[in-house]
Amino acid sequence: MATVEYAAALNLALREEMRRDPRVYVIGEDIVLGVPFGVTKGLAEEFGPERVLNAPISEAAIVGSALGAAMTGLRPVVDMHFADFVTCAMDEVANQIAKSRYMFGGQVDCPLVLRMPYGIGKSAGGHHSNSVEGWFINIPGLKICIPSTPRDARGLLKTAIRDPDPVMVFEHRGLYRVVGEVPDEEELIPLGSAEVKRPGSDVTVIATARMVHAALEAAELLAREGISAEVVDPRSLVPLDRETLAGSVAKTHRVVIAEEGPMRGSAGAWLAWVVMEECFDDLDGPIARVAGPNVPIPFSPPLEAACTPDSEAVAAACRQVLK
Amino acid sequence: MTPGPDQLLEMYAAMLRVRLFEERARELYAGGRIPGFIHLSVGQEAVAVGVCAALRRDDYLLSTHRGHGHLIAKGGSLRALMAELYGKASGCCKGKGGSMHIADASVGYLGANGVLAAGCVLAPGVGLSIQMRKTDQVVVAIFGDGAANRGPFHEGVNLAALWRAPAVFVCENNRWASTTAQAVSTAGGSIAQRAAGYGIPGVTVDGNEVLAVVEAVGEAVARARRGEGPSLVEAQTIRWLGHYEGDPQLYRGKDEVAEGRGRDPVGRLRQVLEERNLLDAAHAARIEAAVKGEIDDAVAFAEASPLPDARAAFEDLFAFYPWRD
Repeated sequence: MATVEYAAALNLALREEMRRDPRVYVIGEDIVLGVPFGVTKGLAEEFGPERVLNAPISEAAIVGSALGAAMTGLRPVVDMHFADFVTCAMDEVANQIAKSRYMFGGQVDCPLVLRMPYGIGKSAGGHHSNSVEGWFINIPGLKICIPSTPRDARGLLKTAIRDPDPVMVFEHRGLYRVVGEVPDEEELIPLGSAEVKRPGSDVTVIATARMVHAALEAAELLAREGISAEVVDPRSLVPLDRETLAGSVAKTHRVVIAEEGPMRGSAGAWLAWVVMEECFDDLDGPIARVAGPNVPIPFSPPLEAACTPDSEAVAAACRQVLK
Repeated sequence: MTPGPDQLLEMYAAMLRVRLFEERARELYAGGRIPGFIHLSVGQEAVAVGVCAALRRDDYLLSTHRGHGHLIAKGGSLRALMAELYGKASGCCKGKGGSMHIADASVGYLGANGVLAAGCVLAPGVGLSIQMRKTDQVVVAIFGDGAANRGPFHEGVNLAALWRAPAVFVCENNRWASTTAQAVSTAGGSIAQRAAGYGIPGVTVDGNEVLAVVEAVGEAVARARRGEGPSLVEAQTIRWLGHYEGDPQLYRGKDEVAEGRGRDPVGRLRQVLEERNLLDAAHAARIEAAVKGEIDDAVAFAEASPLPDARAAFEDLFAFYPWRD
C-alpha cells in the first residue's frame, strides 16, 4: 500500500490504462501542464503529445470529437477542466453520447470517459463551483461514478476507461489533495458496488464524494454522544448498488442522505426514492436529506460557507432522524 | 476526380435510387404507413451521390436530419432503411432511431442527426481515430446551410484544421434553414468563404451538377487522404419539397421549385450520359425498372417485418449493464 493524494491516484490510473491500451488517449484544456489540479501532470512526457492532447477552449469539439473517436475504435478520456463547462457541450453529452448506442440499435460502442472536476470551495464563484452530477442522473445512457477516496478514484477510473459505454467520473475539487492508501497491485473497482466506509448500527448515512468525509467526521462526533452511524458510499450512481444500501437500512432503520449539490431534483432525491422503494418497511421514520441550498454558489467566503453542507449538518440530521 | 463510364452509370442508378426511394417514402408517409415525421431530399440527389462517389465503403459519413439519400448513396441497405422508417424490428436501428436517426455502421454511416451541425464536432474525432489507427480512411460531415450558423460547425472545423484531420465538411446548401431563408440567417452570404478563417480550402459548387460535386469533393478527399487536412465544400442545391412532409411552404413561392425542376440533377446526369453515348432510352428504362424493383422489395420487406416487441425499448442502452437502475 502506498499513501497518495487523490489527484495522484487518478494520475496513476491514467498511466496504467494508457500503458495497457494504446487506444486510450486523454484530451482537455491545459492538460499537458496538468493545471490546475495536477491530475494529468507528466502524462505528456511519458505518452507524447499524440496521446495527451491539449485542446483549444472548445468544449463542444472536445466532447463531440471524443464521441467520434470512440465510435471508430479509440478510448478517449476527456478532462472537462471544470464540470461547470459541460454546459458548453451539453448537446454532445445529452443527445449524442448518451443516445448513440441506443438510437442506432446497438450498432456502435461509445467507450469514453468524461472526467468532471466539480464542487464547491476556495471562493471559485458561481461558474466554477457547481455540483452538477444531478443533471446527468436524469439522462439515460450515461454511467456515473463519484469516488470519495484515492483508492476508489483509481479503481473506478480504471474500470470506467475499460467500460464499453460512456462513463462520467465526478471528482470533487476539494478532494484532490486528500491522501489515502492505494494498493500496490492493480485494482479495478466495479461500477455498481457501494462500500460501507464506517460500520454503525443506529443510522445509515448515504453520502457521496466530499460528503463522505463530512459524514465520517459527523460519525465521530455522534459516537461521543453514543450514536452509532454507518456511512455508506454508493461510489457509482448509475449503476447503483441497491443491495448494499438496503442491507444497511435493514440494520439501522434510519436514513440520512448527504450530498453537496442543490436539494431540488438531485442525486440525493433519487437515492431517497430508491431507499423508499427498497426499504419502506424497514424505515422507522422519514428520510432526512442534507444538501446545498437552491441558490448559485456565491463568491464571498461567509456566503460560500453558508451554502456548503458540512459535518455539523450531517450530525444534526442524524440526531433529527433518531428523535 | 473524373468518374469513368461504369461509375457514371452507377451514379445515375444511385441518383435514381435516392429519387424514387424518397418519392415512395412520401407516398407511404401520406398513406400513414410511416410514423413520426420525415425530411425528404428530392432535388438534392447530386449532393448525396456526388459525395459518396468520392468515398470508399470504409470511409465515414456523418449525416443530417435529411439523410435518407446519404445512406442510400453510401451503399446502405434499402430494406433496413425502409424498415427503420416504418419503425420495424428489422430496421437498421431496430426501430429505435427512425428517419432522423438512421445509421449503418457497416458502410461507415455514423448517423443522421436530429441536431444541426452535431456531426461537425464528431468529425475531428473520427479523423483523430483514423490518424491514430494509421489507416487512409476519410470522414465526411454533411451539414446544411442552417447548421453553418451553429457553434459546433465552427468548433469542429477549427479542431479538424488544427489537427489536419482527414475530414471533409460538405455544406448541402438548399437555401432554407427549416422555413427561414439563408439570406436572412447567414451573415456574409457565402458559407464556403468561412473556410478561409480556418486556413483551409473552401469551394462553392453547383450542387445540382453531380459531376461538379464529385470533382470538388474528390479533390478534398484526395487531399485529406494525403494527410493535408480538411476542406470545406459548399454544394448549392434546391429543395423541391417542404422542410418536412406536410409542410405547407407558405414561406416561399412556386418559382423556386420550378427553378429546381428546371435544373433537375437526375435529368442533367442522364443528359450527360446520353451525350457521351453511355445511355440510351432502352438502357435507361432497364436501370429504372431495376431500381424500382429494389424499392418494391424494400417496401415489401418493411411491410412484412414485425413491429418490435415492447421489451426491445429496454435493450441497447448499454453494452454491459447487468444491474437494475
